[in-house]
Amino acid sequence: MKVSSRTAQRIAKILIWASALLVIVILLAIVIFILIKGVPEISWQFLTEIPRNMGRDGGISSTIVGTLLVTAVAVIIATPFGVGTAFYLTEYTREGKVTRIIRFSAESLSGIPSIVYGLFGFIFFVMYLKLGWSILSGGLTLAVMILPTIIRTSEEAIRTVSYQYREVSFSLGGTKWQTITRAVFPSAIRGIAVGVILGIGRCVAETAAVILTAGSALRMPGSIFSPTRTMAEHFYILAREGISMEKAYGTAALLIILIFIINVVANTLVNRFVAKGR
Amino acid sequence: MSIKMLIRLMLRFKVKNMKIAIVVCRPKRRICTAVSVVILVLAVSLISACSNLNKAGIIVAGSTSVQPYAEVLAEEYMILHPDAVIDIQGGGSSAGIMAAQSGTSDLGMSSRILKDDEKSLWYVEIARDGLAVIMNPANPILNLTLDQISDIYSAKISDWSQVGGTKAKIHIITREDGSGTRDAFVNLVMGESNITPRAIVQDSNGAVRQLVADDPNAIGYISLGLVDDTVKALQLDGVAATRDNVMNGSYGLSRPFLFVALAEPTGQTKQFLDFVLSPEGQQILINEGLISPSEGTGK
Amino acid sequence: MKINKEKISGIVFLLIALSALSVLALITIFIFIKGVPIITKVGFFNFVFGMVWDPSHGAYGIFPMIIGSVSVTLGAAILGVPVAISCSIFLAEYAPAALSNIVRPAIQLLAAIPSVVYGFWGLLFVVPAIRNYLGGPGLSILAGSIILAIMILPTIISISEVSLLALPRQYKEGAYALGLTQWQTIRSVLLPAAKSGIVAAIILGIGRAIGETMAVIMVLGNAVAIPQSILDPARTLTTNIGIEMGYASGEHQQALFATGIVLLVIVMILNAFAQYVTRRK
Repeated sequence: MKVSSRTAQRIAKILIWASALLVIVILLAIVIFILIKGVPEISWQFLTEIPRNMGRDGGISSTIVGTLLVTAVAVIIATPFGVGTAFYLTEYTREGKVTRIIRFSAESLSGIPSIVYGLFGFIFFVMYLKLGWSILSGGLTLAVMILPTIIRTSEEAIRTVSYQYREVSFSLGGTKWQTITRAVFPSAIRGIAVGVILGIGRCVAETAAVILTAGSALRMPGSIFSPTRTMAEHFYILAREGISMEKAYGTAALLIILIFIINVVANTLVNRFVAKGR
Repeated sequence: MSIKMLIRLMLRFKVKNMKIAIVVCRPKRRICTAVSVVILVLAVSLISACSNLNKAGIIVAGSTSVQPYAEVLAEEYMILHPDAVIDIQGGGSSAGIMAAQSGTSDLGMSSRILKDDEKSLWYVEIARDGLAVIMNPANPILNLTLDQISDIYSAKISDWSQVGGTKAKIHIITREDGSGTRDAFVNLVMGESNITPRAIVQDSNGAVRQLVADDPNAIGYISLGLVDDTVKALQLDGVAATRDNVMNGSYGLSRPFLFVALAEPTGQTKQFLDFVLSPEGQQILINEGLISPSEGTGK
Repeated sequence: MKINKEKISGIVFLLIALSALSVLALITIFIFIKGVPIITKVGFFNFVFGMVWDPSHGAYGIFPMIIGSVSVTLGAAILGVPVAISCSIFLAEYAPAALSNIVRPAIQLLAAIPSVVYGFWGLLFVVPAIRNYLGGPGLSILAGSIILAIMILPTIISISEVSLLALPRQYKEGAYALGLTQWQTIRSVLLPAAKSGIVAAIILGIGRAIGETMAVIMVLGNAVAIPQSILDPARTLTTNIGIEMGYASGEHQQALFATGIVLLVIVMILNAFAQYVTRRK
């Protein structure tokens, strides 16, 4: 069946626009549902009071703080290690068996279910290192969980930076360090940022791993050694046990809003300060 | 100014030293400093949070069935004793028992009786929980015998018409393999038969209840205290599933809620335990739908 | 002086890489140490191909779960990958800047919705729809595939888009200069050129689908029997771990770690395949 290139072009355009439309419709269906049910719940009281009575009354302030702290710990630990490893793999080593094995392992590890990381974190951080159920245990576990993803996406981003940049930089007398920080990194930062943002998203959304490591205590955490409950956990527990659907929707709505703000901030950062010219 | 443009400029004017070119690239430098300052600030605040040592408190961990009730108890206790700190933790009965055994938690919560290799632990029953077999309100059946329920769950009976309902395939819902609730159900109802592998498995009481409430052909079992008007609790051999019937023993399905510990608790833990077992503590549990071991004959 | 700074930065990177990699190695070793004993006890073939999973009676066969994982992931890929790649092409090539600045954050928003919310939404809408219009309990492989397909969209779209955008402009300019239409350019020049990135994106997406636990627990039904159709409930390797981990101890727990080993092996095979495909450029 010979289709003229014009028709193919048109069909392709329709299908491609349709797919984008489908994605938007799905997003709206899920997000609008949650927001409609949940936003009415969000009030000053909801944001500043801690949960009472199994979560039926009060607000969710302790879970908000818990989510932020656990994610912060995870990202602060994982990003430098992940990006640094990615740089090492692409810049300082030659493409060979070892780097291929490492890349392979990083990719494989990002496929392990988060619950296995959770169990590892429980047995290693909580019990063996005696950190107990705490923000630190949870953050470390999540850091280990998002590390492979950050390594992989950073590496992909760095590798696609044109070889020309490096050649010119070296021919101008730049050292490897200067090349990396001044030529390669700014160009790859967009891809790296995407990986880190996906990692942040994964952390905030994580439930299984956090229940077993950061705990599910409802009170306001006093330090990073305190147990805490993240918003995702709180939503899951409220919704599954049927404790309070209104509070559950409110938590979910707040979670989505929070994550959206994170994404927008990250996006503007990347767009504003990164070279756009290509 | 893009890097590419920069490089082209440099090539054109034959700038040898990249350092000069980089100085032109000031905005990027500023970003690097800004980002590192932010990271530094976050790190410092985290470290200072580190130095704020956690107030010595007690940790209670384990069964997610017991957890909500323990939370209410802890809340009330912390109101009465403002400088007490109690953290309730989920994870499951076995996780709680493991935590108690290793000392990670001060108390473990369990919704099942202890297994043989756990018998060395100290335990106390804080409440009894009835087990209700539930159906969708649209289902016309009101009463089943224990044998019928057992046959349904072992797939010997697969259609509602075989027990007096409309012709439709029965959707069987059960709890996961390690659940205390399931253990109780298997011990009390199934006897020698096994639950069919085709049964749908859910991981919490609330999830089972919601499924049964949505599906007219579903059957499941949950905590008696969690039955509400979205589902209907079956009569067993003519006996209604009510708290009173559990207490007087005519309704046979019930299981104990336990607190376990490495050894008999002392200090803060003992104080909390005393509260839980006291009349005020027990009244809280009764209000939530549980049965106090101090009432009735129990089992 | 310059050489010293060079060496120091090299060593710093090496240390960073080594510590990160040793942590990852630690996890792998941990899983193996915990899981291997039960595999040797039960026997490898009995474990992987055993049809019965019944820990309370000592039966540890995970074949039904393998079928569950494979079917759900396959379904998710069939539903999700075409849509995702089309969408990434849309963002990279067709969308005007204003529109892409709306769509791109929208997709990252999809990525950040917690899996538990996806699962819950699926439970409220997808499952009843399947139950009322297609039959069965609604909790089914189909429900799982739909939800997973939605969940992996953002991963595949983001990374594919980055790969397409990272292509040198000359590819497109050259193609246009030769008289190719936009679609022809995309199909025969850009997509093949970005293949390694797109395949990486798909593998990452499938990896996420295989690894997803919470959402799947809520919509799949988790029955231990082998599913006979896409309307039957099923259990995947991940949900098996997820449901029973909190309650398992001793041999049961070891068996779940062994399931983790199998998962790791499956993902490794997937990645090997991906690398084979991308290397044949």
